[in-house]
Amino acid sequence: MTATTTDLSRCPMAPRSVRRRRLVNTVITTSSWIAAAIGIFVMGWIVVTVVVRGIGAWNVAFFTQLPPTGNDPGGGLANAIVGTLVITFGAAVVGLPLGFFGAIYLSEFGRAGRVATGIRAVTNIVLGVPSIVAGMFAYALLVLPSHHYSGFSASVALAFIMLPVMTRTAEDVLNLVPNELRESALAMGAPRWRATLGVVVKAARAGLITGAILAVVRVAGETAPLLFTALSSPYWLSGFFGPSGYFGGPTANLTKDIYDFSQQPYPHLIQLAWGGSLLIIVAVLGVNVVTRLLFQRGKEW
Amino acid sequence: MSSGEVDISTPGGAGAQTRPRRHHFAFGDPLFRWFTIACAATVALAMFLLIGVLVKNSWLAIHVLGIKPLTHVAYNPDTNQYGALSSLFGTFLTTILAMLIAVPLALAIALLLVELVHPLVSRVVGTTIEMLAAVPSIIFGMWGIFIVVPLMQRHIEPWIQATPLGRLGIFGGSPVGVDVFTASIVLSLMILPFITAVSRDVLQMVPKVVKEAGYGMGSTTYEVMRKISMRYALAGIAGAVFLGLGRALGETMAVSMVIGANFFTIPHSLFQSGTTVSATLALNFPESQSKLETSSLIELALILFVITMVFQVVAQLWLARARRMTGSRA
Repeated sequence: MTATTTDLSRCPMAPRSVRRRRLVNTVITTSSWIAAAIGIFVMGWIVVTVVVRGIGAWNVAFFTQLPPTGNDPGGGLANAIVGTLVITFGAAVVGLPLGFFGAIYLSEFGRAGRVATGIRAVTNIVLGVPSIVAGMFAYALLVLPSHHYSGFSASVALAFIMLPVMTRTAEDVLNLVPNELRESALAMGAPRWRATLGVVVKAARAGLITGAILAVVRVAGETAPLLFTALSSPYWLSGFFGPSGYFGGPTANLTKDIYDFSQQPYPHLIQLAWGGSLLIIVAVLGVNVVTRLLFQRGKEW
Repeated sequence: MSSGEVDISTPGGAGAQTRPRRHHFAFGDPLFRWFTIACAATVALAMFLLIGVLVKNSWLAIHVLGIKPLTHVAYNPDTNQYGALSSLFGTFLTTILAMLIAVPLALAIALLLVELVHPLVSRVVGTTIEMLAAVPSIIFGMWGIFIVVPLMQRHIEPWIQATPLGRLGIFGGSPVGVDVFTASIVLSLMILPFITAVSRDVLQMVPKVVKEAGYGMGSTTYEVMRKISMRYALAGIAGAVFLGLGRALGETMAVSMVIGANFFTIPHSLFQSGTTVSATLALNFPESQSKLETSSLIELALILFVITMVFQVVAQLWLARARRMTGSRA
């Protein structure tokens, strides 16, 4: 008799107190509300902190002048803003087209074939490479042999991070294009390349643009890959070669300046660091929100 | 416009136009195909180049130091000590702690997004949390060092020590704020959005019929989640966890700013400063003096790469399995 009851209670269908089950349910659903609240609260906390502390640094000098030397107050991060734009642009020029055409291969030609599956697996691995390792790669590849830091090596590190992001998102978007479109283009007698670029890519352009913009923005805020490549510089970026050129020497950039200034004991430098943080968060979050709103259509076929 | 009409209406004209064109474009397709293959292959090329370059440049350290870095704690280039154990220990400790905080939170949020709220609310909340993933590491670092560290040092850590928990050794020592505990918390918030997004996606792949069957049996929302959805999506959730793990292992800026860094010891307490592999790289590499030190740090980067690669491969295998089991391509 007792044995049967014990067996019954172990059985998955054993009757249990409804009140207890409801209580457990309430506790779990409440805690998932709390969890979401924590996530949203942290997001808000970070944004508010950066805005409140950074807005004071924004003035004309911040956007037009070089960083202050030593103890002098004033100055700005203008050279770093230019540097970040140039480095990111350099990365986009390399990373985006490679990722875009790579994705075309995966979705239009390779499909489920062995080569495409292999490339997809490698893309996923590269997607998971820590950004500091990407920086180390660019250092060992370009900085060590040439004996000097450069903005170009930073672009290479960022392109390495951007490439798999672009490939994956572009492939996902291209896969959403209905096959009928490809078939009708080919039935019209269009060669494969025209069917792809003129019809498939055109149909998916909203998603592709979103993917490209988000990939660029994602690397624009990176710091770790720049530590050993672009380093930082108190001067303007000038020309290509030569000690303060894009290929020739350390290049000022926002994220490394924020990092360096945040470690300084001087309040005005820390203020500049917050100003730089605000600029980055406005750019990154702003572009994220705007592209999502503008091109949301690309996600729903 | 008018010439096009003429081409179509007169058969001779159309033939004369298309024949040379088709001949010309015959090269177009193979060329295009090979061009896209070449582009797709660059990512593989880049990865092999990365492995090759890192191995080549860490060869000196591998040759001179052997496996010594993996068994020694102290890192001091002045005395030729290049121990990596303290860094590796810190990396794994912060990652495990961050996962312990982030995984339950992420699963709870995913439950909310998939089961509990209106799709519109779910989208707004989901997007807000995804935005957290877009916040650059350096911003987390600034927030961490100027906001979280003082808060930890003055309020939270003394408070924990005042509770019975404080008697435990892992919460001992004087609260400094820049420590393993703070680093783990900041890290957990950084990986939270990734785990949330992937678990939400896999939970959404659970067919409605299966869940409805559960509700029809009189199950509560939690029971359906726990015993049906979670079980159905288990492989995918495991993949999400490994993805988060991979991110946490390599995270650099925020962690190096709040962990205290360059404390090459095995911490006895969570309230002690420490270091991680990536923090060691970030702080020592630009200053490295000797060829051996540079080489040993590149070796450390190689180790970090191999570790994250292993986790990434495991994550992909689990996610692929999840996709096969649920029969979806998402």
